[in-house]
Amino acid sequence: MYRYIVNRLLLMVPTLVGAAVLVFGLMRLIPGDVCVVRLGSGGGTFDEAAVRACHAELGLDRPLWHQFFDFVWGFLHFDFGTSMWTGKPVSYEIMQRLPISLEIAILATVVALALAIPLGTISALKQNSWIDLVVRTVAIAGIATPSFWLGILSILLVLDLSQAIFGAPWMPPINYVPLWKDPVQNLAMAFLPAVTVGYRYSAVVMRMTRSAMLEVLREDYIRTARAKGLMRRVVINRHALKNALLPVVTLIGIEFAFLIGGLVVTEQVFNLNGVGRLFVQAVQNQDYTLTQALVMLVVAVFVLTNLVVDLAYAWLDPRIRFA
Amino acid sequence: MRASAAMAIAAVLAVLATAAAAASSEDQPKRGGILTYMIPADAPPSFDGHRESTYATVHSAAPFYSVLIRVNPNNPSDMNDLVCDLCTAMPTPTDGGKTWTFKIRSGVKFADGSPLTAADVAASWNEIIFPPKGVLSPRRSNYMMVERVEAPDPSTVVFHLKFPTSAFLPAIADPFAWIYEKRILDKDPHWYEQNIMGSGPFKFVSYQAGQEIKGVRNPDYYHKGLPYLDGFVGIYAPQQAVQVDAIRADRAAIQFRGFPPSARDELVRELDGKITVQQSVWNVASAVTPNEKRKPFDDPRVRRALTLAIDRWGGAPGLSKIAVVKTVGGLVYPGSPLAATKPELEQIAGYWPDIEKSRAEARRLLKEAGAEGLSFELLNRNVDQPYKYVAIWLIDQWSKIGLHVTQKVMPTGPWFQAMRSGNFDVVLEAPGHGMVNPLLDVQKVLPASVDPENYGNYEDPKEVELYDRMLRETDFTKQRALMRQFEKYVLDTQAHEIWVLWWYRIVPYRSYVKGWKISPTHFINQDLSTIWLDR
Repeated sequence: MYRYIVNRLLLMVPTLVGAAVLVFGLMRLIPGDVCVVRLGSGGGTFDEAAVRACHAELGLDRPLWHQFFDFVWGFLHFDFGTSMWTGKPVSYEIMQRLPISLEIAILATVVALALAIPLGTISALKQNSWIDLVVRTVAIAGIATPSFWLGILSILLVLDLSQAIFGAPWMPPINYVPLWKDPVQNLAMAFLPAVTVGYRYSAVVMRMTRSAMLEVLREDYIRTARAKGLMRRVVINRHALKNALLPVVTLIGIEFAFLIGGLVVTEQVFNLNGVGRLFVQAVQNQDYTLTQALVMLVVAVFVLTNLVVDLAYAWLDPRIRFA
Repeated sequence: MRASAAMAIAAVLAVLATAAAAASSEDQPKRGGILTYMIPADAPPSFDGHRESTYATVHSAAPFYSVLIRVNPNNPSDMNDLVCDLCTAMPTPTDGGKTWTFKIRSGVKFADGSPLTAADVAASWNEIIFPPKGVLSPRRSNYMMVERVEAPDPSTVVFHLKFPTSAFLPAIADPFAWIYEKRILDKDPHWYEQNIMGSGPFKFVSYQAGQEIKGVRNPDYYHKGLPYLDGFVGIYAPQQAVQVDAIRADRAAIQFRGFPPSARDELVRELDGKITVQQSVWNVASAVTPNEKRKPFDDPRVRRALTLAIDRWGGAPGLSKIAVVKTVGGLVYPGSPLAATKPELEQIAGYWPDIEKSRAEARRLLKEAGAEGLSFELLNRNVDQPYKYVAIWLIDQWSKIGLHVTQKVMPTGPWFQAMRSGNFDVVLEAPGHGMVNPLLDVQKVLPASVDPENYGNYEDPKEVELYDRMLRETDFTKQRALMRQFEKYVLDTQAHEIWVLWWYRIVPYRSYVKGWKISPTHFINQDLSTIWLDR
């Protein structure tokens, strides 16, 4: 197993190199650069000398191959450079935002799992009943509804309801405080985004859980377990659910990885200072170093999440062995 | 009878006393409280005002710094009302207007306790005007009239000019011209990019990248009695919906840059009685620049036709309901003494009072130039307010003279690059400045050999000569006459630029915020020293 893990980690390297080449090239295909955006952002006059000085400062006047070499060399030494926009280390910029993205991702996953697995299971057990119909409707609504739209609506609902009930509008806090400093404010801020993102996430997982359970419940070993006289709860939890979770675990892994850098619009709606918002800012500002590092981060998260999912398979299904 | 008369008198006196108390509570600032405001940006690129051009830097860090002179914070709508901040009195120039001597007030300290002297002021200005190698100074061309800056003693700063000009003093009141410590600049001129240490009304407390910035009252502030606030929190939020909801829910009191009319109307509707709105003409304009390297825009007849087609007088009222544009004006900020009056504007092509006559002339010019039914692309920036609104309106206006115009929208970086590389037919821009300084502001319409940020791709020695005469003219009446000639030449005779509409700044905020007055730019009056909370 350890050799399997090491092999998988080594296989990450070519994936990351490929992503590095792609993002380096694509960013430089976009017309303009960070100097022009930065110096022109005030709408006033700036001179070419300032642009040239900025290019020299950021190394943008060097040949492309030189810039790429520096990027790869730095990456190999875990030195991701400094943000071309703020001048701060890229690692600093990311670490300022990663906790909030991670927190929302974890909370949304908790919400999703708390909803999806029980409801998906019940829906499968009560197939074609009104319970099944309600759960499927809720799931389809969750998939069809953009989470950012739901987010905007939820904020407006909270504002209007609080105004109607208490006479003054209320909204969750808009500035982030770490959980250990003020858990109440932290969770008050994180609650709505976690629920709105978690709802969509749960809808996808709910449907997968339902269809996986339906398939497993038709298996011979389930019939055998029932014939043996095992309690229904034992049949479902120990025999059916565990086997049905294999595809569900894969889906949870993919969705979680997506949440780390993919909640761009949701973060904008709730003013969350997360990785997704940083991504948008970096691309808009044409901050090459930061964008490159963020792409590598997302790729690494996806690859590592897939590894964790694969390892989870072995725990769920003892028949699975790693070569 | 006597008792009822006495009661009536007592009632009247009570009403008068209440009114007097209300008036005096409005006039009497209250000390204390934390102001929370929204900054409509992700984060400032750096804290260095000398280097940056964005309001995100000013709204974040201006409260921590002092400047030499500034627009009167009690009268910021009058850009000619300049007062001292660090200096003791506004100087009278000597040497035929070429030498300006400022006396610096004593007893001023930086946040680290170091004394602020004239050497610090001179060093800061030398960094802005004569930046050392490797130091960016995007506005240094505003100071092309300055020959040198020196501090002959600890309380005196002297600016020596190459020629006298009325553009100098407003240029010195630039809101980005913060005073730094010479000792730090000498050691590391990049220090202020990542660090804050000034002598302003507030002291730096903390900054969380992309989240918030905090400051507390500077107890050693040299304007006694100020600031009124105990501190402030600036929260970064680029999305307008978040800003509006935050003010509605009283998570924040104000957003200083401005909102579109729809946001103002929403806040007034939801918080009637608890919202105050201040509005002002904004020192930013929507302007169209034809690329004169591309046919047929090298023909002044075609350019004149483009401006003649636009019904500014008729379109402005409607547009002002949905976009942050409103005022019809020429090249000069409409509130400035140098600005054209309405009768003067009506002499310029594109500002004629009769739009049908104007459009008939436009069609005639197009026919004469062989450009009837011309199709071209309008390059625009991917920003809603007011770029996209104005562009759609312009396309409609041009359709009325038979032109077929499509819009190409690009994000900021590629938009800039397309302009700089001349890869466009006609572009919609928004020239704006931190200070109203018409003599410098109109440099934008000078050929690229003088102002590299003119993307029209033309040369015009006559225009440059007109401008130089105007810049050096010290008699106001003559200078104004020259400005009229310059404006007529640029907007009409040659139509190098098509000035569309001036923007309109709308700032709705919680009524308990007092002491802040709107100005024509969102860079001015941002040190928060005069703000107090009436609650």
